[in-house]
Amino acid sequence: MFKTIPAGVLSAVKKVRGGVKVSHHKNTAETEVVRMPAPAKVVIPMQQHIGAPCEPVVKVGDTVAVGQLIGDTDKYISAPIHASVSGTVTAIGDIKMPNGTLAKAVTIESDGEMRLWEGIKPPVVETKEDLVKAVRDSGLVGLGGAGFPTHVKLNFPADKNIDTLVINAAECEPFITVDYRECMENSWDILSGVYTLKEILGFKQVVIAVEDNKPEAFTVLKNIADHKFDTNDEVKLMVLESKYPQGAEKMMVQSATGRRVPPGKLPADVDCVVMNVASIAFIARYLKTGKPLVSRSLTVDGSAIKEPKNVRVPVGTSISEIIDFCGGFKEDPCKILTGGPMMGLAIVGTDLPVLKQNNAILAFGKGDAVLKPETDCIRCGRCASACPMSLMPTNIVRGAKAKDIDMLKSSGITVCMECGSCAFACPAGKPLVQHMRLAKAILREEGNK
Amino acid sequence: MVNGKKLVVSASPHLRSAQTTTKIMLDVVIALIPALIAAIFIFGPRVLCVAAVSIGSAVLAEYISRKVMKRHQTIGDMSAVVTGLILALNLPSTIPYWIAALGSVVAIVVVKQFFGGIGQNFANPAITARIVLLLSFGAQMGNWVAPLSWKTGITTTATPLAVEYSKLESELGVSLVDMFLGLRGGCLGETCALALILGGIYLLAKKVISPAIPAAFIGTVALIMLIAGKGDLGFVAYHVMGGGLLLGAFFMATDYSTCPINVKGKIIFGIGCGVITSLIRLFASMTEAVSFAILIMNLVVPFIDRATTPKPFGTPKKEKKSKEAAN
Repeated sequence: MFKTIPAGVLSAVKKVRGGVKVSHHKNTAETEVVRMPAPAKVVIPMQQHIGAPCEPVVKVGDTVAVGQLIGDTDKYISAPIHASVSGTVTAIGDIKMPNGTLAKAVTIESDGEMRLWEGIKPPVVETKEDLVKAVRDSGLVGLGGAGFPTHVKLNFPADKNIDTLVINAAECEPFITVDYRECMENSWDILSGVYTLKEILGFKQVVIAVEDNKPEAFTVLKNIADHKFDTNDEVKLMVLESKYPQGAEKMMVQSATGRRVPPGKLPADVDCVVMNVASIAFIARYLKTGKPLVSRSLTVDGSAIKEPKNVRVPVGTSISEIIDFCGGFKEDPCKILTGGPMMGLAIVGTDLPVLKQNNAILAFGKGDAVLKPETDCIRCGRCASACPMSLMPTNIVRGAKAKDIDMLKSSGITVCMECGSCAFACPAGKPLVQHMRLAKAILREEGNK
Repeated sequence: MVNGKKLVVSASPHLRSAQTTTKIMLDVVIALIPALIAAIFIFGPRVLCVAAVSIGSAVLAEYISRKVMKRHQTIGDMSAVVTGLILALNLPSTIPYWIAALGSVVAIVVVKQFFGGIGQNFANPAITARIVLLLSFGAQMGNWVAPLSWKTGITTTATPLAVEYSKLESELGVSLVDMFLGLRGGCLGETCALALILGGIYLLAKKVISPAIPAAFIGTVALIMLIAGKGDLGFVAYHVMGGGLLLGAFFMATDYSTCPINVKGKIIFGIGCGVITSLIRLFASMTEAVSFAILIMNLVVPFIDRATTPKPFGTPKKEKKSKEAAN
């Protein structure tokens, strides 16, 4: 095990504040990703990213093929949507999304052939502009979970002195192992992605970050960092203590460079770009094949799943079909999540489609779904010491309850990333993230007045 | 809805630590058991009865007051047990049972429940109750039993801090080793330094308390006494082990409700407790310095908390200055 940061990799890095030790539950770490057969039907929402939704560019009755554009927009912060199966468009209409909002979606009845669209060809990429356009055309959004359109991240203005690319392979959420599998199975893509991006975008240094509970991934990534392409030793590997939320963007930037992203700012404001390791590998594959983002890897796990697996599924496959592919339920599910247990979303049913940015489906039986009962706050301060953003959750709860706008404004609540460390640490079982969201909503409402 | 059954939907995170308030309070009780056992050896089996009365009335007072106020029941969180036990450890072993019970009622009803219950009180319940009893029943509260005298017939003695350090051996026949083992007069739980240190280490190891307050509190007292005693380490040890310093620093100053939340605040709080304790011991003729010091510092906790609230992650340092200038 690589418990220590190798000498010379990073000597001047400050220790990241706060965070919590969560049990890893990486049960599927050694389970190779299996490809799920084409589903009979996919429902592809037009909103699978942060930003403006896409408009369908196909009509009911159209025949489409894998990789064909079906949704696009001229808005800048957005990402186009592609057909994930070949077949016929049977419906276009609103569906309920996992978070409860309505979104337009294109339903495609599959012909089972998974025929590739004839228009697919590798893009020609020589300049930064070419790359940004290619990444936009690929429909790539951050595969780590947030779903921010990647081309926006890469299209930093030339006058900004962006010098560092941070590649996130920390995967600090429990249960999820798809990034780890990406490292183990697609290391050539990662290698090619790292050096292509570095050359085209002109990064002075690339820092690949991995947690110390993944020694095999460390070995693979070390080989990438030490590769002979890296003539000036500008690609480095950083080993992080496995502690949640090491993989959060701001934590990553601080660990890799010592720079702290100010409140309300982005990593680009401290000259960094942070990308998930799976996104890097996808870009390399796209540049080679031209096949857009139409499928993704998911960890399917949890106490209610019969055969926990890592699966590669077409975007828009319904969650119930994926669970059936994993043997169905072992016991009655009591809670089902998309994403990890710390930041994932509890969903109301399994008839929802998988989105581009989903990285896990977790189903839990009764024993794991019922949380400890809520008791009175004892002012122990565990929430404050767990907060990686140096916030005081107890104060914010009080401010939110009293609707004290001034207090909420000075509390720094806007930097809260809802990582859940505070609520995890709380011995009184307070739903602190819910309180944080309430506080933000109160401030938003005040701002709208 | 899956298989006709509704799913649980709740805000993230969907994992919680195994720590609960009850477990924390149980850890404090466990940490106090060595001191209780030592007290039984030193002051006799009556200690157990005092503890039982004090704990029992604390729990009963909590139960009844929650009932009367029509609030959800909180005796299950064990905090009343902790308060009762700590109060017992702060009483002489000869205390009449009704005074012990009265102390518990004051601690639980007046200091804790009147202000909203667990986590809401601004002063430490056990300490406040002790001071109330001290001012009301001075004679009974200062009736110190000589160590081990319960076997042969109870005799009274003075607590070491009541005599000068130079006369400790000649007047009381108490050595520093005796003080470490608890063979001296005093409140029943404060005498055995060894047992208190064991309990303190347990709390630190279980991360129930942070080392900031005990280290700052004891360190400050030790430093001031080192200067006051002109470098005499024996004098430092006499003050560190004398009175209720160890009991106070590990178990009472660290009470969550009444100490600052952040480490910086805890250090300031600990230093404040240490300074006040030392001043009272050096310049006033009182032996209850620790209780008064903690109580006084309890009152300034909100100010300490406000002054030591950390800036949110990434807040530029310059902005802070310009803001202050603008004000």
